[in-house]
Amino acid sequence: MSNIRAAFENGKAFIPFITCGDPDLETTGRVVRAAAEAGADLIELGIPFSDPTAEGPVIQGANIRALAGGVTTDKIFSFVAELRRDVKIPLVFMTYANVVYSYDPERFMARCCETGVDGVILPDVPYEEKDEFSAVARQYGIDMISLVAPTSADRIAMISRDADGFIYIVSSLGVTGVRSEITTNIGDIVKVVRENTSVPCAVGFGISKPEQAAAMAAQSDGAIVGSAIIRIIEQYGTEAAPHVYEYVKAMKDAVRGV
Amino acid sequence: MPESKGRFGIHGGQYIPETLMNAVIELERAYDHYKNDPDFNRELTELFNSYAGRPSLLYYAEKLTRELGGAKIYLKREDLNHTGSHKINNVLGQALLAKKMGKTRLIAETGAGQHGVATATAAALLDMECVVFMGEEDTKRQALNVYRMKLLGSEVIPVRTGTATLKDAVSEAMREWTSRIDDTHYCLGSVMGPHPFPTIVRDFQAVISREARAQILEAEGRLPDAVIACVGGGSNAIGSFYHFIPDESVKLIGCEAAGRGIDTFETAATVNTGRLGIFHGMKSYFCQDEYGQIAPVYSISAGLDYPGIGPEHAHLHDIGRAEYVPVTDEAAVNAFEYLSRTEGIIPAIESAHAVAYAMKLAPTLDKDKIIIITISGRGDKDCAAIARYRGEDIYE
Repeated sequence: MSNIRAAFENGKAFIPFITCGDPDLETTGRVVRAAAEAGADLIELGIPFSDPTAEGPVIQGANIRALAGGVTTDKIFSFVAELRRDVKIPLVFMTYANVVYSYDPERFMARCCETGVDGVILPDVPYEEKDEFSAVARQYGIDMISLVAPTSADRIAMISRDADGFIYIVSSLGVTGVRSEITTNIGDIVKVVRENTSVPCAVGFGISKPEQAAAMAAQSDGAIVGSAIIRIIEQYGTEAAPHVYEYVKAMKDAVRGV
Repeated sequence: MPESKGRFGIHGGQYIPETLMNAVIELERAYDHYKNDPDFNRELTELFNSYAGRPSLLYYAEKLTRELGGAKIYLKREDLNHTGSHKINNVLGQALLAKKMGKTRLIAETGAGQHGVATATAAALLDMECVVFMGEEDTKRQALNVYRMKLLGSEVIPVRTGTATLKDAVSEAMREWTSRIDDTHYCLGSVMGPHPFPTIVRDFQAVISREARAQILEAEGRLPDAVIACVGGGSNAIGSFYHFIPDESVKLIGCEAAGRGIDTFETAATVNTGRLGIFHGMKSYFCQDEYGQIAPVYSISAGLDYPGIGPEHAHLHDIGRAEYVPVTDEAAVNAFEYLSRTEGIIPAIESAHAVAYAMKLAPTLDKDKIIIITISGRGDKDCAAIARYRGEDIYE
């Protein structure tokens, strides 16, 4: 088992998502450190993909900016190795199947292990296709994070039983992006998850405000926020770090004790 | 133990967000039921014959044969179908299936607009709501088809992300499907995407080779030596190949869009320039860079301007059963003009890629050889663009 469990031992977890290289890796380094200092329990690092089919416009924009800036998988591995000198919280990559597949899953997981990445989230790899990645991930002690969606129904138990690290509960239909309201009954999903695994679960998609994060964390083990953070980075560019610090601090304060 | 479904050799599978998994499982179950349902098949055949104008002609192109001076050339005339292309075959099948499943809304991606027009047509006929995603670049290249879709009562959404072409339209249709599944069927236009789409679309398009095989046996008393079709995602090609696959004497040739040439970056020839990858729900060959970023492909033909190829084609390539050859813009435009002049048939620029390769191949074969070229669509939609390619601006 990886280091991921530690992320859920400090009250309810707050998990920010940050696209590597948006707008450049120096900025990402400052933003990640700011988020960690502000109390982020685990950070999802996005490796950009040219055609991110599970993302809404905000994260699509981050992917485009990062790729336009010349970031590559190799540069991101070097960046993480450097980050690991002082950032101790669990780090998980979020990217798409082709990024890992084209790098070669074995080589990718080996590099994750070497540089200190704890897990990998591939939103376009469902339960039926995960073996191709998870078998080799397990060899290197990397957790392949499973996702559960509002439409998963009878699949939740099966997915949970085979889960590593934590379970990512997708709050709403559709792609990533800020939503004013989340209508899915998260409690019902969490109940089935808990009946089938001891792995913690966190809710993502659509969350931007502290009260939303608190409401989601109250029903699970944590809240994940992507688009709202990417918007801050989009707005402040290379000067984003202190703004991300303030935001993450407020979000962690909102979820910690619920 | 998880089990991956819908494999063609190593290709295919279901690489999609968890949110869509139950939707594709539901679709697979429905399809497995209805494909063997006599009522469903009767209804579909009725639509094919009385609405779409099937069977399509297998036309002996005598002048073309004579001028090229080699193999005898037959044209499988999918351009004569209602809406002007083979796309209607798949769309009528999927729309009818969606209707049986209780769906009231169709969404689709389109490149050249042929699949969009076909979907809009089926939606109008079957009283369904329809939304078509089309790359903004393509809405400009194919303005006439945008108007046709609107006329048929569909909404057309220009896609501005990425390269604003077919691949981005597919991505956007997938995103839309993830957000609205209950009442919506994603009417995918080619033999691509996650299982069961490559199988469903192939089965509905297989009518092309089922007819062509019977027609050539009727006309010549023997099988052809080669079947040639253009390949983007590959739906008309797999439809043209399918019933000939067991006939090992029949060469199957897919013509990929080479754009400005396979030694340039402005190409969409996936088998010739791509490598194995995972994208848009499937494992197959894709044009991509060393880090797996999907390449911005190019072809004069909006319908072939796609960085991947259907998984069954990838498999036919792997086992050597079919051959995939690159055809440039220039060769396709020449063929577009040549077939128009020679036979009085204006082919879609997509289909012109197949004609172009046949023009090279036929003269090298003896006169007792037979080739079938699938004319997947008609070329009216392309006239303005080809005129522009030749430096002439025409105003409609």
